[in-house]
Amino acid sequence: MDLLEYQGKQLFARHDIPVPTGAPATTVADAVAAADEVGYPCVVKAQVLIGGRGKAGGIKLAKDRHEAEDAANAILGMDIRGFTVHEVWVEAASDIAAELYASIVFDRSARKPLVMLSTHGGMDIEEVAETEPEAIATLHVDPLLGFQDFHARRLAFDAGVDADVVRPIGALLSRLYTAFVAEEAMLVEVNPLIITGDRQVRALDAKVTLDDNSLFRHPDNAALRNPSAEDPQEQMAKERGLTYVKLDGNIGILGNGAGLVMSTLDVVALAGGKPANFLDAGGGSQADEVTSAVEVILANPAVTAVLFNIFGGITRCDEVARGLIQAFASVKPTVPFVVRLDGTNDVEGRELLAEAALPNVHVEATMDAAAAKVVELAA
Amino acid sequence: MSILIDKDTKLVVSGITGREGTFHALNNRRYGTQVVGGVTPGKGGQDVEGIPVFNTFEDAVRDTGANTAMIFVPPRFAADSILEAADAGITTIIAITEGIPAHDELRVATHLARTPGLRLIGPNCPGVLSPGKANVGIIPASFFKEGNVGVVSRSGTLTYQIGNELAQSGFGNSSIVGIGGDPIPGTTFIDVLHLFQEDPETELIVLSGEIGGDAEERAAEFIEANVTKPVVAYIAGFSAPPGKTMGHAGAIISGSQGTAAAKAEALEAKGVKVGRTPTEVARLAVEILGG
Repeated sequence: MDLLEYQGKQLFARHDIPVPTGAPATTVADAVAAADEVGYPCVVKAQVLIGGRGKAGGIKLAKDRHEAEDAANAILGMDIRGFTVHEVWVEAASDIAAELYASIVFDRSARKPLVMLSTHGGMDIEEVAETEPEAIATLHVDPLLGFQDFHARRLAFDAGVDADVVRPIGALLSRLYTAFVAEEAMLVEVNPLIITGDRQVRALDAKVTLDDNSLFRHPDNAALRNPSAEDPQEQMAKERGLTYVKLDGNIGILGNGAGLVMSTLDVVALAGGKPANFLDAGGGSQADEVTSAVEVILANPAVTAVLFNIFGGITRCDEVARGLIQAFASVKPTVPFVVRLDGTNDVEGRELLAEAALPNVHVEATMDAAAAKVVELAA
Repeated sequence: MSILIDKDTKLVVSGITGREGTFHALNNRRYGTQVVGGVTPGKGGQDVEGIPVFNTFEDAVRDTGANTAMIFVPPRFAADSILEAADAGITTIIAITEGIPAHDELRVATHLARTPGLRLIGPNCPGVLSPGKANVGIIPASFFKEGNVGVVSRSGTLTYQIGNELAQSGFGNSSIVGIGGDPIPGTTFIDVLHLFQEDPETELIVLSGEIGGDAEERAAEFIEANVTKPVVAYIAGFSAPPGKTMGHAGAIISGSQGTAAAKAEALEAKGVKVGRTPTEVARLAVEILGG
């Protein structure tokens, strides 16, 4: 789960990480009121889950109330690389003397949190890593020992930060690590981390990704969901407890098991088709869940054909067939379906489909044949 | 021969009194696995169709001599259950539970890595099947028979798909190992490749990977240096967009890291044949074994 910048900053503030004061707003009037509250000059920042906001005109400085109103007017409703701006964050402008970069990532390969610090802040860190890797100080932390003060000093000296701010930057890194562990984050990133004219350190941006699997322990974070930024079908699927990812093609896909569904997308693509979604109906699907999944797939207007690819283990093919028959009774699809059932109770499943004689449902024996058929029908 | 589990496996099931736990424990016993006990705190002294239930792993190990654990408890209790099994002296822990918090997995992996001789398989995996010997987990055993192909995979159903195609071509399996779809698997491709390389029954290894992380790239390096047996690989997720979790918590392309194309390239660069579809994987395997 990715947080918006201001949600990240509020999370940082709970862990005593210094951030500029500010307030969120969803209307121009609220934005102006927020600007009055934080004082001028202030910055109006688009809150969307995509990078490159500054370049797209989504971050504007306002010297007075009039400029704050203009900025909020321009930014609210703006489209930034496909994301509509529904919310802005208005914060006090900062006096920036230097821009640094700090982050902690969940390094799955090393099986340790990786802390990074660089004096090359305010730019794309992947680019810095490529052109000047020595400019990024890195350190892996033993998760059972935690982040120690000497770790912070080592990173600060390795990165070459000015001697007078080694202590405050070290303190900020410590708190960032505390937040990373306490909130069960997969990523916390501050870019830029600034040093102000009067030598204060402050997180000027916040990028936070939380572990979805830990949200049951963090009800406040779980409530931060940002439905306006989510795709409508993805939102619908989430409400129904389905694992669904929207893609940009026209062939709806349903399978059981994440690996098999990924593989199905690939086989369809190899056959020349474009998948419209990833949908894992999971292990042991019952008929009702299959019906519910069909509704989600067909809610995407781009879908012109649907492929069911089931290899039954715990999932029984006859249950899947019942779900499909039930879906045809309730949803009455107008697009063709291709169904491949293999594994547990596959014969029973195919018999049920044959008896039901659903309109425009084609049964294929193998995954490859089913993919070829659905590509043909979707065209 | 087989790897990880066999006729000497003595299994204790954590969460045996739950619906799924009961179903699969009995299923595993029916296959021939020695299921010697279960653990459910507060239900010690009861039994599940003759399988004794204990309050703690310590009691279960003391009374039954168990050497293997299967974890079937909900995600919020799973890390604790794994640590309890390890503390009680269990040496092979197979965690089926999906959805364990990543930071829990990190702490568990760090602690277990410091305990020599201990192995965790999973979490978020279908388990291990050694056809004709033992089944621990949820792999539908009826599709597989004894044979010389070792299979290691991050996915469940995809493994059944590939295994079934091999079976239709007449091949069986030494062992089928699901290492799971989470970011921090207890056992990696490299660990299992090493075991299959040492296993005299295994003549060919099928490795089924997917997007996310660099486990396949590392496996490629390991294969070049240490594996003399032929390896056929499959990678799922060529069509996956970056930044989206594709069902498995570990199946995510981060920036430009963890793409299927990079993994397939890394494997092919080390001489591993990579099938583009599950059917092609089975075909390549048959070709090598001289079906």
